[in-house]
Amino acid sequence: MKISVTVNGEKRDNEVEPRLLLVHYLRDVLALTGTNVGCDTSSCGACTILLEGQSVKSCTVLAAQADGATITTIEGLAGPDRMHPVQEAFREHHGLQCGYCTPGMVMAAVSLIEEVPDLDEAKVREGLEGNLCRCTGYHNIVKAVLAAAKTPARSAS
Amino acid sequence: MIPAAFDYQRPASVDEAIRLLTDSGDEAKILAGGHSLLPLMKLRLAAPSLLIDIGRLRDLSYITDAGDHIAIGALTRHHEVETSSVLRAQVPLLAHATSQVGDPQVRHRGTIGGSLAHGDPASDLPAVCLALGATFTAAGPGGSRQIPADDFFQGFLETALEPNEVLVEISVPKVPDAGWSFQKFNRRAQDWAIVGVAAVHNGSTGVALVNMASTPVRASSVESAIAGGASAGEAAAHASDGLDPPADLNASTEYRRHLAEVLVRRALQEAGVA
Ligand SMILES: Cc1cc2nc3c(=O)[nH]c(=O)nc-3n(C[C@H](O)[C@H](O)[C@H](O)COP(=O)(O)OP(=O)(O)OC[C@H]3O[C@@H](n4cnc5c(N)ncnc54)[C@H](O)[C@@H]3O)c2cc1C
Ligand code: FES
Ligand code: FES
Repeated sequence: MKISVTVNGEKRDNEVEPRLLLVHYLRDVLALTGTNVGCDTSSCGACTILLEGQSVKSCTVLAAQADGATITTIEGLAGPDRMHPVQEAFREHHGLQCGYCTPGMVMAAVSLIEEVPDLDEAKVREGLEGNLCRCTGYHNIVKAVLAAAKTPARSAS
Repeated sequence: MIPAAFDYQRPASVDEAIRLLTDSGDEAKILAGGHSLLPLMKLRLAAPSLLIDIGRLRDLSYITDAGDHIAIGALTRHHEVETSSVLRAQVPLLAHATSQVGDPQVRHRGTIGGSLAHGDPASDLPAVCLALGATFTAAGPGGSRQIPADDFFQGFLETALEPNEVLVEISVPKVPDAGWSFQKFNRRAQDWAIVGVAAVHNGSTGVALVNMASTPVRASSVESAIAGGASAGEAAAHASDGLDPPADLNASTEYRRHLAEVLVRRALQEAGVA
């Protein structure tokens, strides 16, 4: 079947099999390999992207379901000259070690900051319950998200 | 993991979905949010030959105040239910329990109708609908019919929906002043309940259990004990009467019985049963 999506601001048209998962479409068809596959069973959040601005696990969505939609992946977050505030904050606060969970963590955080205006530590921890990190112990991730939530310009452009 | 191949159709209306279901028999499956069905298909525990994607039927996504009840379209996503100011005020048990489903990513995709139509005893919302005495509307080739939550859950992943019926609406009574509680016991934040309890206390008392049988189930013995004047503690002792809870990696049957008693007692106390 034919699908047409806007990924990181660019319109893409492709012929896909109905069973193609969105994460495989992004990685294998569009070569956007920033989005990782961790568990492949909807648990770890490594594959998190924004679909119409909301965080979703792209291993649990069909490319066909995203037909017509606007998608943002980790590659589309930074502006031309600078990183997105959430990316900056992860760097500043050492919110990553091996980095495998990071693209998904950052996308989940962007969605969370957008949705919850009054984030505190407990809300950040709860809001990231769908994202697993095997390295950091989460403390610096939480710090980074709280710092990013306080950045006046929440989205880079 | 990649699902087995299937055909994919995206009907423009409920009627067209029903027609596709009728024409294709048992081999077809409705796709709503896909957050129960796609994981099963990836594991090849389900392999429908046709997916009928109703995810775009936005006219089935609404939360409407309808007098003594709230009408919720089957395709309303968990995120909309948990953040709905109408539901938070009128049916806080449903809004709160929905906020405990999975994680934010799951709640951005999963729908209330999919949660109910899936008929999973481990799901949270079926128990909530039982406790509240919700009514479901199913649309089929011959028109639509109402199914009380009590008649809906018939077996493991089996509901009263005919193979060519679509769940279109969930109607929940308004209970703005009722006492309520949702107790969900799990080991990790995002997990399913090992045992869960939904309770609403509003003159009469509704209590239903998550993951205590092969279907979502009402705790009738608890309800009748309370109606007969039992205290929360006394009534909770009947939590698993007549039930044969499953054993799995998370819990033995005995442990589930124990959890059910403890959680029912907490739920009744929180809901205001003396
Ligand atoms: C990681 C993860 C964690 C989760 N945790 C929880 C949890 O803690 N608690 C919980 O309750 N749930 C949990 N879920 C399940 C989640 O709530 C699903 O969204 C929900 O169970 C199914 O809704 P859906 O819209 O995704 O349905 P789908 O997966 O699209 O469909 C499920 C089934 O219902 C049928 N169906 C769907 N809609 C209709 C309709 N309108 N009419 C007729 N048939 C229909 C489909 O054919 C299919 O058989 C979790 C899911 C994941 C992936
Ligand atoms: S790869 Fe999608 S949730 Fe783990
Ligand atoms: S930084 Fe290694 S998994 Fe999170």
